[in-house]
Parts: sequence; C-alpha cells; structure tokens
Amino acid sequence: MAYNCVVLVKQVPDTKRITGEAMNEDGTVNRGALPAIFNPEDLNALELALDIKDKFGGTVTAMTMGLPSASAVLRESLYRGADDAVLVTDRRCAASDTLATSYILSCAVRKLKCDILLCGRQAIDGDTAQVGPQIAEKLGLPQITYVEDLIDISDGAITVRRGLGNGWQEVKAKLPVVLTVLDEANEPRVCAGKRLMKYKKALSPAEIQAMGKDTDIDTDAYSKELEEKGLLIKQWDLDFLEADMQWCGRDGSPTKVHRIQSVVLAAKGSKDVEATTEGITAMVHDLIEENTIA
Amino acid sequence: MIEVNKAGEVWVFAEQHSGRLEDTPIELLSKGRELADQLGVKLAAILLGNGIDDMPDRLGHYGADKVYVAEHPLLEHYQANSYTKVIYDLIHKHKPQVVLFGATPCGRDLAPRIASAAKAGLTADCTDLQIGRHEIKKTGQVYDNLLFQIRPAFGGNIIATIINYDRWPQMATVREGVMPMPEANGTRKAVIVKETAHISSEDLPLEIIGQHIEEKKVNLKGARIIVAGGAGVGSKDNFKTLWDLAHCLGASLGATRAAVDLGFVDHDHQIGQTGTTVRPSLYIAAGISGAVQHISGMSDSQKIIAINNDPNAPIFKIANYRILGDLKEVLPKMISAIKEKV
Repeated sequence: MAYNCVVLVKQVPDTKRITGEAMNEDGTVNRGALPAIFNPEDLNALELALDIKDKFGGTVTAMTMGLPSASAVLRESLYRGADDAVLVTDRRCAASDTLATSYILSCAVRKLKCDILLCGRQAIDGDTAQVGPQIAEKLGLPQITYVEDLIDISDGAITVRRGLGNGWQEVKAKLPVVLTVLDEANEPRVCAGKRLMKYKKALSPAEIQAMGKDTDIDTDAYSKELEEKGLLIKQWDLDFLEADMQWCGRDGSPTKVHRIQSVVLAAKGSKDVEATTEGITAMVHDLIEENTIA
Repeated sequence: MIEVNKAGEVWVFAEQHSGRLEDTPIELLSKGRELADQLGVKLAAILLGNGIDDMPDRLGHYGADKVYVAEHPLLEHYQANSYTKVIYDLIHKHKPQVVLFGATPCGRDLAPRIASAAKAGLTADCTDLQIGRHEIKKTGQVYDNLLFQIRPAFGGNIIATIINYDRWPQMATVREGVMPMPEANGTRKAVIVKETAHISSEDLPLEIIGQHIEEKKVNLKGARIIVAGGAGVGSKDNFKTLWDLAHCLGASLGATRAAVDLGFVDHDHQIGQTGTTVRPSLYIAAGISGAVQHISGMSDSQKIIAINNDPNAPIFKIANYRILGDLKEVLPKMISAIKEKV
C-alpha cells in the first residue's frame, strides 16, 4: 500500500542566530540581516514523509507559501528526496495571519491527492503552532499534533506516538490525517549528492521571470526546457486555488499588530561582585540579611 | 463568524485530565478576573469531561463567577475534534468576548482548531494580557476595551502586542507559569450552568491506544531559589557543583536549553521559552550567557546573580549581582560562604 504525503514547509529567518548586526538601532529586527533557512521542524516533517515513502511506497510533495525566494526550501526538499514541489505565491497572500495562511494552504492541499499531510509543529519566526491544527479543521481532517514517532500504517490507519510534554500518548487514526512533527521525531537525512546536482537547476516560474528581467534569456523557452526535464517547480496563485478573497491576506486575518517593542534588558539596582572569597562572602551576607536566603 | 459583543463574558478553558484540574486554568482565572472586572463583565470557566466532581466549586474558589459544564461519556478523554465541537457550540450560543487557554500541549492543540472553526483570531503563547484602546491612524477609528495579547515574537527578540477588533471572540493561549496562582477563597461560589454536548462517536477520530504520564520530578514553578546552569558550565561533571549549591540552599536546579541539549541535565530542568517560566526570589545563573529565549523564562526573578567569564554576556544586563569570573572557583566559594553563615 502506497501513500501520498504532502509536506508543508516554510522558509524562515534564522531567529536563533540573532546577533547585534541583526538588530536595528530602535531595537527592532532587521530581517534582511538574517539568513533565510528551512524551518527546522519542517525538516523533521519532511523526513517522516520520506521515511513513510521508503517503508510503504508512494509520493512526497513539498509545498510552501511565500515569496518566490521561498523556492529555495522547495529545492532543498527535492535534494532530500521529495518527488514534487509546489510554490503558492501571490501578492494577495501578503499580511496573512495564521488563519488566512491555513485557509490558503488548505485550498492548495485540496488540489492534490493527499493521504497524510505533514508539517513541523511550529516555525521559529512565530512559534505559534497554529497552522497545522487550523488546516486540519479547514479540511475536516483529524489532527495528530506533536508527533515524535511513527509506529505503523496499515489497513488505512496510522499509528503514532505523540509527546504530551510530561509523557506520551500512542494514537491511531484513519487516513487521511494531518500530523505536526516534533524535532525529537528523527534525524533529517542529508541532501543526496546526485539529487542536488540535478535539482539545483530547478526553478519556479516566478524565479524564471525575475531572471528574464536581468538577462536576455527567453523565459518561455527556458520554462519549457525545465518542464521537460522535470525541473519546473509548480507555481499556484490564488486564482488557480479558487480561493475566496475574503479569507485571504489582510482581509482574511482577524489578528492585527497593535505595537512592536524591543526587549530592553535592565536590572533594578545592580552591582559588581569581586570573584574573591571576601566579595562573595559579603554578597551572601547581604542576601541572608534581607532574607532572600533563609 | 462571531460578531463583536461588548457585553460578552471572559472565558477560561478549564483544562482537566482524568479528573485533575491543571494549574494553568487556575493561573488564568487570576488574570481573567482582572480583565473581567476592567470590562465590567462576568468571568466564566468552561469545563468539559465526564464525572467532573468538585471541580466547578474549586473554579469558583479561584475567581470564576460562572462555570459552564458539559458532561458526556465521550468527553472523558480530550480529543481536538470533540472538544472543538462542544466549545464552538458554546461560543456560538453565549458569544463571549475573550476566550483564554493555557499554552499547554492540549491548549495549543485545541485553541487553533476552535479559532479556525469560529474564523476568529488567536494569539499563541501570550506572556501578558491587558485591556487597551487601539486607533487606526489612517481612518482615526478608535476601538476601546480591546484585549491586548502580548507575546514575545521572532525568537523572543521583540515583544508584539496583537489585537483583533472586528472578528470575535478574542482568543489567546497563555504560557504556563507567567500568571501568578491566585489564593483560593472557599466562600466564593460560582453559578453552575449545565450545557448539553451534542457529540457522537464520529467526533472521536483518534483511538488512544496507550498513554504514559510522568509526574514532574522537578518543581521549578514553585521554587523560591533556583540555581541554573548553561552551556558555559562545560560538562555534566561541572554541573555537580551546581547541584551542591542548590542542595545547601534548598534550591531547585534549572538549566538552559543549550545545557539540556548538551546532556548536562534532564529536560525537566529546562527554563525558558521552550521550558518552564519561573519567578523565584533568587535566581543564580552560572555559565548562562543570557539568550533571549532563556531570559524570557526567568527575567521576572526578584534577584538575579550572574556568574560568567564573559564581561559582555547579556545576562549581566539583568543581573543584580554581577560576578565576572570562573564559575569553578566562584561556586565553591559561594558554597562555603553559605555553609558558614547558615
């Protein structure tokens, strides 16, 4: 029995590597100064899908919503073993919150055959963990969040172990199903050399268009050439998805930003303590005096 | 869509498993009480289950004016589908203006599914909630008494205040441990409102085959003193000195994610954005540089001692006592100083 897996992946700024240069004078984040990376837990979701394909057969399609530059994470998915890649891109997707994003992605997933829809538990730019469950609701599918291990797939049902923070739960659900995957689930495989050589030439139509502006390349002919070689990344816009615009972008997003503040680190009253016996003894004495240490 | 209802109540999801009420709904009741009083509306808890025992009374003791109770054999074990259906029906019927969930694995599984069904906004992992006003600069339109949903974003490097003014209810999940536990008042009584759960076995798509829950061995949330170590401690062996210091102070042992990932200590000890949020009287940070992800989980400590050999470590910015030096020398000195005095 073979299964069609669709993996939702996201290109994110590497928030774990924020240094002084990535912060503006006013304390806001300069996104441009951060490297764009494959959202870490989406790599675990992709690995789980590839593992399912290795064990049971079937296909793995990687899908992302974002700017044309997000094609990079689709190429990376192809290097690692995905069979197909879909870029959902449209200016009207801009300013989508998690609700609008999940609506748009659910429209896109409907265009595919999908037995198992996977995504990382959360993306490191927002850390919300909302899009997975929201897509599941939109598609009317059961969700299994925090998946840490695949146990079995048989008779049209999947059994997994999910983390509960203070323990775990083993659950079984009939397919189709939505899984959100934890980083504990597996160790993502590295990019395969041969696949990298092949798919590094893969491009989305939007990227080819952009190339056409800088060079005198015949974009139509080039697209055709890539398509024949299986190197043209599928690109869908909101018209193709037949999405209802009232649920997309800014209009489709109930949450708005009222204010952004920088994190100001400051202590109320602080002093330097010499790392000597005298210095430390005096500090301990202070803390006992004021009853902080009983 | 649920329309804006300024007279709507403030709701708290009363998460319980196997008849045991979690801490988070109780923490949320303290904040919920504040919000409801400011808005001049009732505070209600939403309790689903089968055999709910004295939980409604307890929710009353902690500040709820009302408890909506939905009991059904199929609600015995939490599942996203069944709980979404019942809570969505209740939201539709009573039109609350605010619905709060703990940002527990269960709350983070459930709240987005409900928000999607209600087509409402949801903000994840809030660290504070306030009532405030928002003005749209372009049109000059003013919205009063909105829920300010305050959360760290971008890996904790910025603090965002999120609102939703046109589509309700205003929903948020709130991080565990960031709201103080209220005192129970045994004389406070909540009105209990029985609700019917319209669900069938089709609303239980998951078969729960097995489950293993571990009792938390480490009490960080309630600790008065915490001795915490980061990657700078260097090794599991060096961590022993931290254990010794914790032991002689009667303190709990905490760690950064980096120290946990390096295998110095168990995950139960992790403090920060992906671990526990703590607010002890004294926090001793040894070999912790002070990544925002860690600081967001401990910056509310009353006193902070930082020991680090890097003068530029961000932890020094929030420390009350800055000790620049080698923790292998400093910690033993602290231990003997404490043993001498106490």
